[in-house]
Amino acid sequence: MTMSTAATTASETAVCWSCGTATADTTTFCAACGLVQPPGQSDHFARLAQPRSFDIDAAGLDRRYFELQRQLHPDRFARKTAREKAISQQQAAALNEAYETLKNPLRRARYLAQQRGVDLPGEGRTIDDPELLMEAMERREALAESTTVSAVQALESTAQEERAGLLQGLSAQFAANDKSGVRAAILRLAYLDKFTEEARARRFNLGASGQ
Amino acid sequence: MTLLEIHEPGETPLPHAGEEALAIGIDLGTTNSVVAVARDGTPEALRDDHGAALVPSVVYYGADGQVAVGAAAQGHLADAPDRVASSIKRLMGRGAGDVATLGDVRAAVVEPGSGETDMVRLRVGDRARTPVEISADILRALRMRAEVALGKTIERAVVTVPAYFDDAARTATRDAARLAGLEVLRLVNEPTAAALAYGLDKAVEGIYAVYDLGGGTFDFSLLRLEKGVFQVLATGGDAALGGDDLDHAIAERALAERAARGQPGASNAGEAKIALLAARRAKEALTDTAQAEISLSLGGTASTHVLDREAFESLAAALVDRSIGICARVLADAVVDPADVNGVVLVGGSTRVPLVRRRVAELFDKPSLDDIDPDEVVALGAALQAEALTVGSDTLLLDVTPLSLGIETMGGIVEKVIPRNTPTPVSLAQEFTTYQDGQGAMALHVVQGERELAADCRSLARFELQGIPPMAAGAARIRVTFTVDADGLLAVAAQEKTTGVVQRIEVKPTYGISEEDMARMLYDSLEHAQDDMEGRLLVEARVEAEQLLLALDAALAVDADLLSASERADLDADATRLRSAIAGTDRDVIGAAAQALEERSKAFAERRMDRGIRSALSGLSLDQLESKVG
Repeated sequence: MTMSTAATTASETAVCWSCGTATADTTTFCAACGLVQPPGQSDHFARLAQPRSFDIDAAGLDRRYFELQRQLHPDRFARKTAREKAISQQQAAALNEAYETLKNPLRRARYLAQQRGVDLPGEGRTIDDPELLMEAMERREALAESTTVSAVQALESTAQEERAGLLQGLSAQFAANDKSGVRAAILRLAYLDKFTEEARARRFNLGASGQ
Repeated sequence: MTLLEIHEPGETPLPHAGEEALAIGIDLGTTNSVVAVARDGTPEALRDDHGAALVPSVVYYGADGQVAVGAAAQGHLADAPDRVASSIKRLMGRGAGDVATLGDVRAAVVEPGSGETDMVRLRVGDRARTPVEISADILRALRMRAEVALGKTIERAVVTVPAYFDDAARTATRDAARLAGLEVLRLVNEPTAAALAYGLDKAVEGIYAVYDLGGGTFDFSLLRLEKGVFQVLATGGDAALGGDDLDHAIAERALAERAARGQPGASNAGEAKIALLAARRAKEALTDTAQAEISLSLGGTASTHVLDREAFESLAAALVDRSIGICARVLADAVVDPADVNGVVLVGGSTRVPLVRRRVAELFDKPSLDDIDPDEVVALGAALQAEALTVGSDTLLLDVTPLSLGIETMGGIVEKVIPRNTPTPVSLAQEFTTYQDGQGAMALHVVQGERELAADCRSLARFELQGIPPMAAGAARIRVTFTVDADGLLAVAAQEKTTGVVQRIEVKPTYGISEEDMARMLYDSLEHAQDDMEGRLLVEARVEAEQLLLALDAALAVDADLLSASERADLDADATRLRSAIAGTDRDVIGAAAQALEERSKAFAERRMDRGIRSALSGLSLDQLESKVG
């Protein structure tokens, strides 16, 4: 699915803090005087010039992020005024927040779901799906009982397969604006990510201690 | 206090065009420090006359006020160990409880006085010194080396810090540079600096790991290198794990052997330092030989201890395991498999230990990159970044926060505001509310660390939000914004959302240095470097003169009627002369003016006595008189 709404917010009018020339909310450098402008209220998709969609081109996202950081990172302003340095820090921080949100599928899904008005429980809240809860407990038990790298790997690859399926499903659910489907998938994805992280840590620990 | 200042866009003037001076790169290490400079993209370590780039991070404070840094200071370990400070980096931004012990012996820690923060103070030589002041002396020596080598005044530097350094340790490092007269262009994480040196020099691309085991700190970072971008994916470490710990283990073993033979152990901090130095020599020898000897002479009894490599490795195993465990966690954080890593960069003198190299090779199953001297690579990277920041460059360093930042909430639980491995700069806000009607203030405790309980994390600062408008409990919405800049330093701002009132933030740094202390130290460093003795005599002359003036004022308040108008005018004129002499810096002028006033007031003093008020005080000077009266 590739359809998405245009990713630029209606550009609010603003003026350059230095020369007073009218600028758009998404302007990074004033067209008249060339000085860096504050980050404005752009959403994360617009900031990184990505279509407002769950499907994202990871390499393209990286490219755009690096390109913008090359222009806006405070290290580029080491010889500029304190005001410009401060603004570049705000810009770089806004870019980092946008990048971190869009790069990670779970965070991206949550962000997009919020934009679409899906009601989500806060991060780290208890799972309100008893079936998922039971499954999570069983899986965690299996992980605790695994004493070899290969046993952990087996659990990980099952989780990975399920995760890949979930991401595909989410793509379709977002496209169809299936809010309850999106909600259920996000809860499941959050749990799978957490489990995968634990499994990975356990595998490395087993590997590092030579078992 | 710079730890938690609200970042206000200031109005610092631009440096004058064309006056772009050279900036240096400094690796301020636990055991050794290195200063380097880069010109036209080529970094170079600055060496002494003997070709040595390494400056031992050791400072000697002589009885005559003389300060020696490096090998010269190390030489005094034998004759005046209590005047020598070493491994001071481990105490940056730390409290007294963090000072290591050897056996029962512990460096001389001075308890903080009232109004002082918990930052550790050590008694070295004649007075208590903070790690910041001692580090500043090392930085001053490095700056001097650079100025001699480059024939220029150097005022700006990129200084490296362990990636795992917390906010207090970073702030302490920046303060030390300030004391040494260096503006810090950027604090760069050591593994990132090392990657920079490799990446630019060797034009490598892909995912690289940097394993940095120094004298006192361990860092492990995973970076993605791509077309001039150095993107740190995750980092981890231990700010108290390094070669020093291996030295400790060896020294403890030798001391245990002595104890078993009924020989005395180390009885003071000086002997402990000597034992640690002997242990270090043995450790270094074991890199190339299968067996090393440790000779100790403590309490008048000499002993020799044999350490073979196998015994050494069993002592070191636990420490190396700890570092490997950290690698595993960082790989998990970054979602990177060891197989995805293109190469491992070895940094820090402790990576010469064969056991370390073996364990790292096992984990990654990859050849290690070590063709740049592991002792110099960090300074070279810092120099490259210093050039990039002054001359300009296409290189981009994207680093992350090493530790989670949080706020202590009800019950001592930590609420994480910025998780570890978040790219910097980062700015995140959290909303808090009041729990009582009309509550006007709120105390916040900022901590850094991964544990659930605030008591288990590192305390950064406590501050109070004041001026919250009176509202019903839970109605105020206070938005607290935490910003971590590219140096990894935290700033906090707060605003009440419903009224827009911006709160004044009062910060009490837990291990920091207050602005007043900083000002005093800056002043001290200028003063006593010049002429400590002269300074003290001046202060004494001023104090005496001021006492005299106070005594005169007290006498005039009671017995002014004993003086004629012209006598009074003369006395006032002399007092005024003394006051202006005190404002000056010539103690001879102060002394002469005080003498004149004393002479002039003699008749007055006699008349006062004649009046019989203090008949028993005949023959006393004015200030003695004052001490009786007062």
